[in-house]
Amino acid sequence: MTAGFKHTARPPTGVDTCYLQFSIHMSMEKQAVERARAAFLTRRSRPLEFRAQQLKALQRMITEKERDIAAALKLDLNKNEFQTPLYELVGLEGEIQLALEKLPEWAAPRPSEKTLLTISDEVYVQPEPLGVVLIIGAWNYPFALVIQPLIGAIAAGNAAVIKPSEVSEHTAKLLGELLPQYIDKDLYPVVNGGVPETQELLRQRFDHVFYTGNCAVGKLVMEAAARHLTPVTLELGGKSPCYIDKDCDLSIVCRRITWGKYMNCGQTCIAPDYVLCDQSIQSRVVEEIRKALKEFYGDDLKTSPDYGRMINQRHFKRVTALLEGETMALGGESDEADLFIAPTVLTGVTGSSKVMQEEIFGPVLPLVSVGSVDEAIHFINQREKPLALYVFSYDNKLIKRMIAETSSGGVTANDVLLHYSISALPFGGVGNSGMGSYHGKHSFDRLSHLRSCLIKSLNMEVVNKVRYPPHSAKKLSWARFFILKRVRLGTLGRLALLAAFVALAALVAQRFL
Amino acid sequence: VSMEKQAVERARTAFLTRRSRPLEFRAQQLKALQRMITEKERNIATALKLDLNKNEFQTPLYELVGLEGEIQLALEKLPEWAAPRPSEKTLLTISDEVYVQPEPLGVVLIIGAWNYPFALVIQPLIGAIAAGNAAVIKPSEVSEHTAKLLGELLPQYIDKDLYPVVNGGVPETQELLRQRFDHVFYTGNCAVGKLVMEAAARHLTPVTLELGGKSPCYIDKDCDLSIVCRRITWGKYMNCGQTCIAPDYILCDQSIQSRVVEEIRKALKEFYGDDLKTSPDYGRMINQRHFKRVTALLEGETMALGGESDEADLFIAPTVLTGVTGSSKVMQEEIFGPVLPLVSVGSVDEAIRFINQREKPLALYVFSYDSKLIKRMIAETSSGGVTANDVLLHYSISALPFGGVGNSGMGSYHGKHSFDQLSHLRSCLIKSLNMEAVNKVRYPPHSAKKLSWARFFILKRVRLGTLGRLALLAAFVALAALVAQRFL
Repeated sequence: MTAGFKHTARPPTGVDTCYLQFSIHMSMEKQAVERARAAFLTRRSRPLEFRAQQLKALQRMITEKERDIAAALKLDLNKNEFQTPLYELVGLEGEIQLALEKLPEWAAPRPSEKTLLTISDEVYVQPEPLGVVLIIGAWNYPFALVIQPLIGAIAAGNAAVIKPSEVSEHTAKLLGELLPQYIDKDLYPVVNGGVPETQELLRQRFDHVFYTGNCAVGKLVMEAAARHLTPVTLELGGKSPCYIDKDCDLSIVCRRITWGKYMNCGQTCIAPDYVLCDQSIQSRVVEEIRKALKEFYGDDLKTSPDYGRMINQRHFKRVTALLEGETMALGGESDEADLFIAPTVLTGVTGSSKVMQEEIFGPVLPLVSVGSVDEAIHFINQREKPLALYVFSYDNKLIKRMIAETSSGGVTANDVLLHYSISALPFGGVGNSGMGSYHGKHSFDRLSHLRSCLIKSLNMEVVNKVRYPPHSAKKLSWARFFILKRVRLGTLGRLALLAAFVALAALVAQRFL
Repeated sequence: VSMEKQAVERARTAFLTRRSRPLEFRAQQLKALQRMITEKERNIATALKLDLNKNEFQTPLYELVGLEGEIQLALEKLPEWAAPRPSEKTLLTISDEVYVQPEPLGVVLIIGAWNYPFALVIQPLIGAIAAGNAAVIKPSEVSEHTAKLLGELLPQYIDKDLYPVVNGGVPETQELLRQRFDHVFYTGNCAVGKLVMEAAARHLTPVTLELGGKSPCYIDKDCDLSIVCRRITWGKYMNCGQTCIAPDYILCDQSIQSRVVEEIRKALKEFYGDDLKTSPDYGRMINQRHFKRVTALLEGETMALGGESDEADLFIAPTVLTGVTGSSKVMQEEIFGPVLPLVSVGSVDEAIRFINQREKPLALYVFSYDSKLIKRMIAETSSGGVTANDVLLHYSISALPFGGVGNSGMGSYHGKHSFDQLSHLRSCLIKSLNMEAVNKVRYPPHSAKKLSWARFFILKRVRLGTLGRLALLAAFVALAALVAQRFL
């Protein structure tokens, strides 16, 4: 047997043809990341014109393919052709519009206030792209929760690897088909797959990982990111409490709660998870919810085109199991074949009920009795910090007190969900509900490096003398003066101070030269 | 229950009493910190002399005066920083309260480093206190005298339960990291940074990591090398090179290298005199381990200047290496010592490429009269921060966020950035129970008509000045009436 290869009709025994090609098998995930990084390093994602062009292409995709997107969402979650634009697309269009309008402002150097010591310097913060961002989407708003972070990633000049949730399979497939048709294939690859593919992605090195989903996986994402010292944004969840004050117009209150709770069959990260209110109003709350449900979904809810479905059997079973042993004041019907769970309200629920141990993420609304605001605050604070907190009251002081004495990602008072829709407000969690925030400019900042820059001149060496060895008490006191007697400056102040400074510099020079 | 766990639980219990929230309390604690710095300056300087051979001028100059400035700033600005931050109004929120409310996070863990052992613990602590948190303070055990002093002094001045000091080595730090915090603030090296973030991940605790790297320093050919090299010499050899943002290595054209060496030699003489080893202003390596680490980097290198060392005294002379390439041992890790490699590059392009082949550093320095060149170097590289035509100074400007990127860290602080980094900025929208008419477009049963109204409300957002706000309010009321008429 000689070394090397004989020329035979077939490859030698035990030798893989891949070996002959001298290629190292690289996973598809790793390839996508490396392509994105190579594309990023060409610097083509940096010019604002390019970013704007990609954002406009995204906008066109949303406009031109609305029907396909709605069809996918109908198959995944039984959303209809109005809900898809209303709850997924219109918000995205607003974000794209905002980014297109504001991009020059967001990406420009941000000057810092001048002080005595920096009067003749350039002092600014320069936003820069981070590099390659990994975006892991969730299944409940599968389009929006991928596209919204993507808008921020593109606006900030990054490349982005997009991993839609495989649970919302039709939307995942559609994203894999649509995005490459509209935006740069190499800079923004879509990687689809299940747990093994996601784990392989998380082994790669990114410059930021943006994850939307649950706490358990959030921890794994952060652990994986830690190995590369990659910063993360985690948009998680929790049990968002909803406090109803006694003296409220329950008709309006309950209509708003009903809207936010049963939207998307309860599968909304900021849905009011449970209600806290006085025992005395509970039956009216149930009645008003019943009325609102009828207003929204008609008499035969199951056939309403507007009522959603559970995403899959696993979640259907998880949520119906929470009903066991509970008192159902309303609803409770379910149909596994249709993944249908009726809007349900539970009464007599306590802190130790099973339904109070995890985020419900389904159309089940527990009513928990509390005798006072104190008790409500106490109840909320015994639990993990939620993603959202809701409080209904005419009493502004009560509202402010509830905000002051609790914590949560965000708050809407006298309505639900809406703080999500305001781009000026950073959207994110705290504690177990997440870290980091986004929307509007916050997305841009989150996915940028804000780099501090100080441009000095090679003149004015005289002033520096106080810092050089050999050190002395005299030099130290001059240094103290320069550092501590900082003065904030308007334009006139700046001119006056410049004159004084020149005089001072001459004095110092005289002393030390 | 371990001592570490006890300290954390005491801090959390103290935090839950809510006494750290009133601004008066926070101001009082900050003033107490200020008094500590003023009254105990001598003790602090003594500890730093024992740890790092800092003298009684360097301690205030490089550790304390900056802290006093930060405390002064926090005291002045606290009401502004802690107040609700109103958001711009839009058509949809015209009659609402829309603001971001800063809140304390809870219990912050502050892990200090040994090179500026006082400042790197107190500066994050200022932010933690200002933001209304409790804080567990873990000084670096490597700077043992300062660690011990902090353990004695802090309880004498600030709230013992809210801000406990926990001293100890690796096992104690690991035990601390097993506890649950609301934020972990770590200053140190990458390897431990990863472990800190992994530990924090188990509790979903956000982190600030102030790490390091090899901060490059590019010198353009046409520069006044006398001034350039004096500034570099100051920043490089301060604290015996043990500064996270010290210029790690130089990139410059071969043709100016010998002049660079000469100017550094002159500056060293200006600063430290003829007999450097006896200068009261020249520092020492922190311990034997780092002494050996740095002297080992000199093996096989060409020393244009310096090279002398004395292990018993932990002394390494200011050293400049020439003929260094990208693959030299001294270019494989952050030097963190008084050794300055000069790497030849033929052009700015080459310098930029060299920098970009490496991990993103904590700082980048560029010396040039050409503002275009400076801007180009900034635009085509990345780093935590930049100072052009000097070194270190971006650190000293409170308005500039100080932090790393990539391997040099995540998060930032100083001034208001400390406050924000250690707060939860909570978005708040206060609506009224009126105006239900407008909401009708969002309720099922959905229709094309409702959808187009909703599109209008969401997409035709208008930014508003005061007059605009009034005008729009009038228009809005009219609109609401119209919508109500349509749908009711």
